[in-house]
Amino acid sequence: MSMRPGRRHFLRITGAIATAAMVGGPVEAQRRRGTMRELEAAVRATVGEGPIVEGRVTVEIPALVENGNAVPLTVRVESPMSADDHVRAIHVFSEKNPRPSIVSFHLGPRAGRAEISTRIRLVDTQTVVAVAETSDGRRWSGRTDVVVTLAACLEDA
Amino acid sequence: MRTRTLVKVPATARRGEVVEIKVLVSHPMETGFRRDRTGGAIPVDIIRRFECRYDGDTVFAADFHPAVAANPFLAFTTVATTSGTITFEWVGDNGFAHRESAEIQVE
Amino acid sequence: MSWRHGLAAALVLPIAALADAPAPGDRRSGYETMSPALRAMQDDDVANPGMLWVLDGEALWSTRAGAADRACADCHGDAAESMRGVAARHPTFDPRSAAPIALDQRIERCRVEQQGAAPSAPESHDRLALTAFVAHQSRGLALGPFDDPRLRPFVDAGRASFHQRQGQLDLSCADCHDRHPGRRLAGNVIPEGHPTGYPIYRLEWQTVGSLDRRLRGCLAGMRATVPAPGAPELTELAAYLAWRARGMTIETPAVRP
Ligand code: HEC
Ligand code: HEC
Repeated sequence: MSMRPGRRHFLRITGAIATAAMVGGPVEAQRRRGTMRELEAAVRATVGEGPIVEGRVTVEIPALVENGNAVPLTVRVESPMSADDHVRAIHVFSEKNPRPSIVSFHLGPRAGRAEISTRIRLVDTQTVVAVAETSDGRRWSGRTDVVVTLAACLEDA
Repeated sequence: MRTRTLVKVPATARRGEVVEIKVLVSHPMETGFRRDRTGGAIPVDIIRRFECRYDGDTVFAADFHPAVAANPFLAFTTVATTSGTITFEWVGDNGFAHRESAEIQVE
Repeated sequence: MSWRHGLAAALVLPIAALADAPAPGDRRSGYETMSPALRAMQDDDVANPGMLWVLDGEALWSTRAGAADRACADCHGDAAESMRGVAARHPTFDPRSAAPIALDQRIERCRVEQQGAAPSAPESHDRLALTAFVAHQSRGLALGPFDDPRLRPFVDAGRASFHQRQGQLDLSCADCHDRHPGRRLAGNVIPEGHPTGYPIYRLEWQTVGSLDRRLRGCLAGMRATVPAPGAPELTELAAYLAWRARGMTIETPAVRP
């Protein structure tokens, strides 16, 4: 990668400490309001205006994430997945990644279940939001907070 | 690497059964945010779209952004309807296109 | 707070009895300290990205190459038989160089001398893929026993360097991997440091890499001199680590954070 070995290690370890010192502080709170606004804007750009109801959507990410490069994610939507009542799409968004959109899934009654697993990149501890669009034109959302561990001792030599 | 994929589809299923499909494809999913050793930006190079067709009909699709992990993995479901071919297609930047298929026997 | 302090804070915790390597039977692979999600990723062959390299190695195994236009399979037949157990005895003593030879170096020798192929770099894709494929044939087998007396001096040299304090932090491998396994270093669990899964798919690398690469990473983290890939010092360290892990189960391709 770009940085010198050692240097990166330094950043990771001080980063971990700095983060620990900051959690819950007013600066962090301010920053998170900003990042959540960006997430919101990305959601609107994808699904348009109109109500999004919290519920039916479960975003599952393991409690412990050892490396943000491949975070296991499962999204699930409560739905009969029948011809006239099913999930059409599920969009997943990140609060703090450089770009909020992560992935979109398109499905229908032939999926049988609205449950999909994949692996995603998360740059930091943050909130992940999923928005589902159902066949009746309604939107549902779910979210989870993820703690991403900063890796140790691992510069590319 | 030459593109490699791993695909898991049950060989047989009962009609109407919801079966799980898993697919893994080799691809670096270069985000466009990384820099090389000389500090130059490494251009974005990702898979953009995945589609699964069952007997010709699209039953599942995904749009990927750079935040999908390298060597993308997906697990999803489909209802076993008829015996036939399930195809998988990945399309991305720089002309990337790869197809794979699997047979399913439905009783 | 400086980097030194960060590390010191992680390590200057009650110094457990200055133990040597964990006793056989009492050793834990890095697999065991991973989260259930990462273990599941390693266990499921369709979810484990390392299997993509194994698959590629399998294709290379039966592809004719080099000036001799021969495939590995032309001489070695079915790898499931001929290569089973081979990874379990590498690094092995190589009479020709009178030194230990690692599995990827042994494969490279066949590529160059038997196939007449152009030499490949240690972390090159094909070398990793072939090594992953060959090592995968030993998955589930026990490592070792590494009891060849000719290997002994090299294992001893590797042990000495494992215990040698080095680099700007004045740490030894043993400080972390013998004395503090299970402790967290900036959030990461320090493993016992066993070479049971190589080549591994490492999430941090987002690709497959060799044990050499892993060792060079730890050395760089210690701010010690980092030998070139394939350097004899690294093979000695690898020989010691393999001996230290004797009896443990081969996992190739393992997944690690
Ligand atoms: C022209 C024949 C030939 C070809 C082609 C060939 N090898 Fe070999 N290989 C040999 C011979 C001969 C030995 C030494 C056998 C012995 O020492 O018992 C050997 C030894 C090995 C060993 C060490 C086995 C052990 O028991 O320790 C490995 C690993 C190996 N080869 C891998 C490969 C791979 C991988 C390829 C393809 C890239 C390959 N070989 C291509 C002839 C060949
Ligand atoms: C400061 C503590 C520290 C020192 C010193 C250190 N390591 Fe490590 N090592 C780690 C950590 C932490 C990990 C794994 C966590 C990670 O993924 O970064 C690791 C991982 C490893 C692994 C991978 C184990 C597996 O399951 O695949 C090996 C092998 C290893 N180290 C060997 C060494 C050797 C040899 C040395 C000395 C040259 C050394 N380490 C020095 C902390 C250390």
